[in-house]
Amino acid sequence: MPSSLHNPGKSIRGGVQDFLPRLVLSPTIALTLVFTYGFILFTTYLSFSNSGMLPSYDLVGWANYTRLFKLRAWSIATTNLLIFGVLYIGICAVLGLLLAILLDQRIRAEGFIRTVYLYPMALSFIVTGVAWKWILDPGIGLEAVMHDWGFTSFQFRWIKDRDMAIYTIVIAAVWQTSGFVMATFLAGLRGIDREMLHAAEVDGASTFALYRRIVIPQLRPAFLSAFVVLAHMAIKSYDLVIALTNGGPGISTEMPATFMYSYTFTRNQMGVGAASAEIMLLTIVAIIVPYLWSELRGNKQ
Amino acid sequence: MSTATRSNPWGRLALYLVLGLFCIYYLTPLYVMLINSFKPLGEITSGGMVALPQDWTSEPWQKAWSEAQVGVEATGLRPYFINSFLMVIPAVAITTILGALNGYVLTKWSFRGSTLIFGFILFGCFIPFQVVLIPMARTLGLLGLAGSVPGLVFVHVVYGISFSTLYFRNYYTSFPTELVRAAQIDGAGFFTIFWRIMLPSSGPIAVVCVIWLFTNIWNDFLFGASFSDFDSQPMTVALNNLVQSSTGVKEYNVHFAGAIIAALPTLLVYVVAGRFFVRGLMSGSVKG
Amino acid sequence: MSFLDIENATKSYGAARVLNETNISVEEGEFLVLVGPSGCGKSTLLNMIAGLETVTSGEIRIRGKRMNEVKPAERNIAMVFQSYALYPNMTVRGNISFGMEMQGVPKPEREKKIAEVADLLQIKPFLDRKPGQLSGGQRQRVAMGRALTRDPDLFLFDEPLSNLDAKLRVDMRTEIKKLHQKLGTTIVYVTHDQIEALTLSTRIAVMFGGDVQQLGTPDEIYNNPVNMFVAGFMGSPSMNLLAATLRQGADGMEVELARPDASKVRLPFSAATTQADLSDMDGREVVFGIRPEALTDSEGATPASQAIHYADILVDVVEPAGSDTFVTVTLGGKDAIGRLRANAKAVAGKTFTFAFDMEKAMLFDPETQQRIA
Repeated sequence: MPSSLHNPGKSIRGGVQDFLPRLVLSPTIALTLVFTYGFILFTTYLSFSNSGMLPSYDLVGWANYTRLFKLRAWSIATTNLLIFGVLYIGICAVLGLLLAILLDQRIRAEGFIRTVYLYPMALSFIVTGVAWKWILDPGIGLEAVMHDWGFTSFQFRWIKDRDMAIYTIVIAAVWQTSGFVMATFLAGLRGIDREMLHAAEVDGASTFALYRRIVIPQLRPAFLSAFVVLAHMAIKSYDLVIALTNGGPGISTEMPATFMYSYTFTRNQMGVGAASAEIMLLTIVAIIVPYLWSELRGNKQ
Repeated sequence: MSTATRSNPWGRLALYLVLGLFCIYYLTPLYVMLINSFKPLGEITSGGMVALPQDWTSEPWQKAWSEAQVGVEATGLRPYFINSFLMVIPAVAITTILGALNGYVLTKWSFRGSTLIFGFILFGCFIPFQVVLIPMARTLGLLGLAGSVPGLVFVHVVYGISFSTLYFRNYYTSFPTELVRAAQIDGAGFFTIFWRIMLPSSGPIAVVCVIWLFTNIWNDFLFGASFSDFDSQPMTVALNNLVQSSTGVKEYNVHFAGAIIAALPTLLVYVVAGRFFVRGLMSGSVKG
Repeated sequence: MSFLDIENATKSYGAARVLNETNISVEEGEFLVLVGPSGCGKSTLLNMIAGLETVTSGEIRIRGKRMNEVKPAERNIAMVFQSYALYPNMTVRGNISFGMEMQGVPKPEREKKIAEVADLLQIKPFLDRKPGQLSGGQRQRVAMGRALTRDPDLFLFDEPLSNLDAKLRVDMRTEIKKLHQKLGTTIVYVTHDQIEALTLSTRIAVMFGGDVQQLGTPDEIYNNPVNMFVAGFMGSPSMNLLAATLRQGADGMEVELARPDASKVRLPFSAATTQADLSDMDGREVVFGIRPEALTDSEGATPASQAIHYADILVDVVEPAGSDTFVTVTLGGKDAIGRLRANAKAVAGKTFTFAFDMEKAMLFDPETQQRIA
């Protein structure tokens, strides 16, 4: 009777032992209360205040938000996030699924290959940014190498191009995290009942049909959790942009995270910065809360 | 799984070819960083980023480690490397221990409302840290921890607990409650059960948690950039400063050497304990 | 005052009541088995006796002393769990010694006790192994050894045999019974297996839906169930419970059962069979209960019975099982199982003359499910 697993001996012990568990938990609760929830409230307050270089407590209503949505930098940042988010998640998912399926064909040296695909995940985005910054640099990177090899008409200068620079961030980010998506899908593939696949083969399903009709639909949970992780990473992405393009050329690769930082700490418009942080929070909550809700409700069974 | 590709040798060959090409794709940046960190600057600028060095030199490494101009002084990355360790070790230790205790309470001593409290703690895994930057900067100032390594430790502990609690809570959920009951009948108390029964069986999850926290905290940039001074910067911030500094010629070889130095600890952990790293990533799928 | 008193004990989780008011008294040296399907409240009750669950209302006393607020470790009980709950990081020796260590027993005494128990349960050869290296039966012994070192007033077993394979389960069952006879300790034992309950216990409490349905000796429970649940739960194959009608016959009341072809079987259910007064029940719908061994062939029927009655019924299925042959027929609109001698001549698709031992037959009220006669 699993329901009776709760409360082993609560209230029997009396005295200190009785509230010891709660006592142990209380520092975490206090820290969370203050530093997560309290701070969110504080930032929310600031987003309605006329804070500049320092926090101010004079409320100005929705002024920061209206200002925020009129700023060209913010509309660039949100457009960039949309482009980046869609491409990043889309390419990672397709690439991750492809690699997972290829790796699931009883590959020799699978362990080694998996290790190679996944190692970028252990690196800091700053390191990734530095590596790709110079690889994509026309002066010494890919373009220079191609010229060196005789392809003198080869041009690849996206990183210097206002319209294309955002795509270089996609390239580097995909390189870093597609291995993780591959691992998620691979775990999902391994969780599929082999007997069911044998049954489908006996039914005469081709390999293609097998994957399209039976395997891939069952990867829904893996896809969902990968989506949540990637969306979350995309919205928070700060380090990679800083290291790769530093928001440039100009402000062409500005993202909400870099926008928030520069408005708050270098441009001294803390109210606007706080408002942008609120928008980021709300976006993440809109993605995470339904996901968590379904996860936790599912776990109850 | 599919017998179709297995029976066809050409299909098999193509399969390995594709997998091999992707290996090259993932390894190229590392290769580029590595070989160029052993070249004199001239060899890179003269257009040989993928060629092996003609003239092997360890000078870029030396320079990155102890001579390069990072902040105001030409100290190299060494002091920042040390800062990162001073920050990571206590932060990981404290966060892991708190997470283990929390997980223990939440699963084996659960009380009315404890599931709610777990959800309440879990939310911390998902918030974009931008939303706490401003008040945290103020608070660290008030606590007298602004711009210091202990300040960074504090921040990482505060925002790491939700992850370590999640890990241990999920692990302890499947830990047999009967063991705790048997120990209670044997006369063991709250902490005795934790030390003698739970902890000795927590090896795998402790490794997962430590690796995950270590990687995350070591690789953090946002908190480091926001809350550190010149002399308390972690490695990632110092590396970025080194690369972005606009004074003088760009010493790519030194940048690459610095990047590898910054990546070395986490890469090492990954190579040695990759299995646990992957498991951490997976069980963190309810995280972000 | 008995050795263990459970008085009006209840258990609720919030609004959900999992154990209704329960009263059980256990004498010293008794072997009480709590049996019932999962979710019936038996494990909850055991955990309340152990002190692992709080008592919502009512009282639990051991030797007359109120236990509700006493810690598990101070109740002088020992418990064997379904999963054995051996500490995986300690050796067998460490597992057995841990409880004594917690009680502050000095080392030489612990060693002596371990040796004693190891001897008794024949676990000496693997004292220094970890639980993971032991077989199911060995783990079971270690778990009992750990319990034994405490010289408990009361032994609690929570489904201790359910993780063993069938053969080992029978062996361990015998061993637990031997241990009880040798040590004479009071035991409360939880199981969902009615055979275990019948073979081990001195008394059984059959539980269902948070209530004790019946408390009695194995003989009482088996032969005199108070309601349809107890009748159906205890015994294997379980008792046939068939829809029937009471009819006034020439020599008293008769039970009328429908054959599949709508013809009726009539069996006298009279003074020889029951003391209950059924005289004004003509035409009443009842549930007729008869155990498979009381529905047999003419040579298989107990010669001592005063009330054997015969009826021809069409045989649906014949299942030889070595020592017996089980036969399925349709009666009262349901499958009924009869237990025949191995060489009985029943053939599927043909009629066969069955002997009903009406001394063993029972009647239940289809509404209240309670026993009528």
